[in-house]
Amino acid sequence: MAFVLIFLPLFMAAVAAVVPSDRLRPWLLPVTGTLHLGLTFLVLARPGQVATTTWLVLDPLGKIVLLVVSLLFFFCSIHAVGYLKNSHTRSNRVFCVCFSAFLGVMTLVTWSHHLGIMWVAIEATTLVSAPLVYFEHTPRSIEATWKYLVICSVGIALALLGSFFLAYASLHAGINPTLVFEELLQQAPHLSKPWLHAAFVLMLVGYGTKMGLAPMHTWLPEAHSEAPAPVSAMFSGALLVCAFLAILRVYHLCLAAGDAAFVTPILIFMGLFSMAVAGVFMVGQKDFKRMLAYSSIEHMGILALGIGIGGVALFGTLLHVVAHGVTKGLLFLSAGNIYHAYGSKNTDEVSGALRRLPLSGTLFLAGFIAIIGSPPFGPFISEFSILNAGFATGHYVASGLFLLLLLVIFIGMGATVLKVVQNREPASGAAPQPVFREGLLTVAPPIVLLGLVLLLGLHIPAPLSNLLHNAVDFLEVQP
Amino acid sequence: MNPLLNALLVVVLALNLFALGTSRLVTVIKIVSLQGVLLGLMPFLIEGHLGWRLLLASGGTILLKGGIIPFMMIRAMRDVQIKREMEPLIGFLPSMLLGALATGFALLFSKSLPLASAHTTPLLVPASLATIFVGFILLTTRAKAITQVMGYLVLENGIYIFGMLLMGAMPLVVELGVLLDLFVAVFVICIIINHINQAFSSLDTRRLVALKE
Repeated sequence: MAFVLIFLPLFMAAVAAVVPSDRLRPWLLPVTGTLHLGLTFLVLARPGQVATTTWLVLDPLGKIVLLVVSLLFFFCSIHAVGYLKNSHTRSNRVFCVCFSAFLGVMTLVTWSHHLGIMWVAIEATTLVSAPLVYFEHTPRSIEATWKYLVICSVGIALALLGSFFLAYASLHAGINPTLVFEELLQQAPHLSKPWLHAAFVLMLVGYGTKMGLAPMHTWLPEAHSEAPAPVSAMFSGALLVCAFLAILRVYHLCLAAGDAAFVTPILIFMGLFSMAVAGVFMVGQKDFKRMLAYSSIEHMGILALGIGIGGVALFGTLLHVVAHGVTKGLLFLSAGNIYHAYGSKNTDEVSGALRRLPLSGTLFLAGFIAIIGSPPFGPFISEFSILNAGFATGHYVASGLFLLLLLVIFIGMGATVLKVVQNREPASGAAPQPVFREGLLTVAPPIVLLGLVLLLGLHIPAPLSNLLHNAVDFLEVQP
Repeated sequence: MNPLLNALLVVVLALNLFALGTSRLVTVIKIVSLQGVLLGLMPFLIEGHLGWRLLLASGGTILLKGGIIPFMMIRAMRDVQIKREMEPLIGFLPSMLLGALATGFALLFSKSLPLASAHTTPLLVPASLATIFVGFILLTTRAKAITQVMGYLVLENGIYIFGMLLMGAMPLVVELGVLLDLFVAVFVICIIINHINQAFSSLDTRRLVALKE
């Protein structure tokens, strides 16, 4: 099953490489997305861990990330068809090949139970997605691609060193050196402490770079704001979460080794610091796609904070992975429509989106209300339960700061979003407007995503709730 | 323990300092590729016998780091017609001294590390740490995109040295996967370098500031 899920998108990427027609090629993406989503549901229906080999195991944590990746890709692939129709000046061969392959390597991340394979897969996500950032071929997108490649590659190189340290920790304990997650988990209490701690720090810094935790986040606003909308949505909702999964692995090992006291303060600090940095740059932000990118940094901070608090907060954190992914998909896709209609991302030139694009404008506004954690949407439930857990476990200062930062971000983000959607349209005079009409392909995906965000807020479906509970049990079980 | 291995590691450390001290890009590329070849040879010395697995992994390393990557980098350099690294953030001599300091620090520091008893003698751990430091110095103090890539490769070499302590933990698939990733990374980077040069008519990454806040 693992091989089918991983190789299907890679095979479709190969097909996309040989299809000659620029008009037909994008349709391969929704086909890939639909098949992948169907297979994902089949796999998720199986109880417990799904093992293909010792290296490829889908555990409850991987299941959640796989669900988010596959679901988001399905919607983004449909939107991508509409997006590519609107930018038909350039061949979309590279885009289609890389976007499909991107899904394949992210699926590999969710399955990998060998930390070496996981590293290879995460580095591969950087490499196949770099051409996607560069799709528009503007000087700004080159700059974004360069930063993305160099900063993430260096960061992930440190994570490789961290993985080696983990293997060395097992060697030091007199066990055969291994990077198989299962074996490490069983040996966790015997691992050499200094090496385990060093490994945790290096992997947090390394994969944290990819996840967008401050202060290693510098590539993220650039890449998110320059990439095409469906790519940004995948970056924010799925790619960052894949890196989070890698951090969860080493976090899990530390928990199993009885080292919760060592990791908790680091994670809480990183989480709050990321939120603070995001808040600072969001206030007065004029580029609305950049604002969404900083919002991703904020939410990755919330995830780090959530696992830092641990215990009862884990359920909310894992729910937040799903809720944030779906909401960010909605926001980036609708923001992409607005960008296309105005040809600008700057709030000086973009206003009155509710009039020019009634559907996308409304969706963007609704997405904003959801992402800041207001009821009745999904992120409210998850953020509230993290906050609740924070107070319940006695992290009063951290929880208080969390609440304060949410407020700052709400104000900063609100100012930018309202500028975009309200007021009159800018007086365009005789300047030729970029031709963009909302079509079914570009509007339907965010509408359905909005439905999902609302559903998550009103009632968490039983299968998802089971999945989340299993994952929490999996994290907390002591070997 | 293994005098030949230690000698090779000393050469690797010396190459680090050479890479820091030269302004000619071709020289840096050649130094880093020589370093890669030396690293590819080391597993033979550690294992002591030939197996197809070892041949494939080490042969791949030597071929990639000693042949393919320098070839691609030199071609990229010709395409963009740049020969020298100008105005680094820290001068060549000071950065060489910094590298020497880092090497000394790594030697001292690794004495206090809790190492498994089998690894206390060879230079593997300090050499690995020193090479990682030097990679970082190259990455952060040089302005030209090509030199920064060489810094990344030196950093990667340092991590590779540490990996030699763990022969056996990394299955062949993973080792080949790491090499493949490295190859694709350099391939993509070469393309981007070319585009940076066309768009900015310079490879000075200090010009890439349009997106700063």
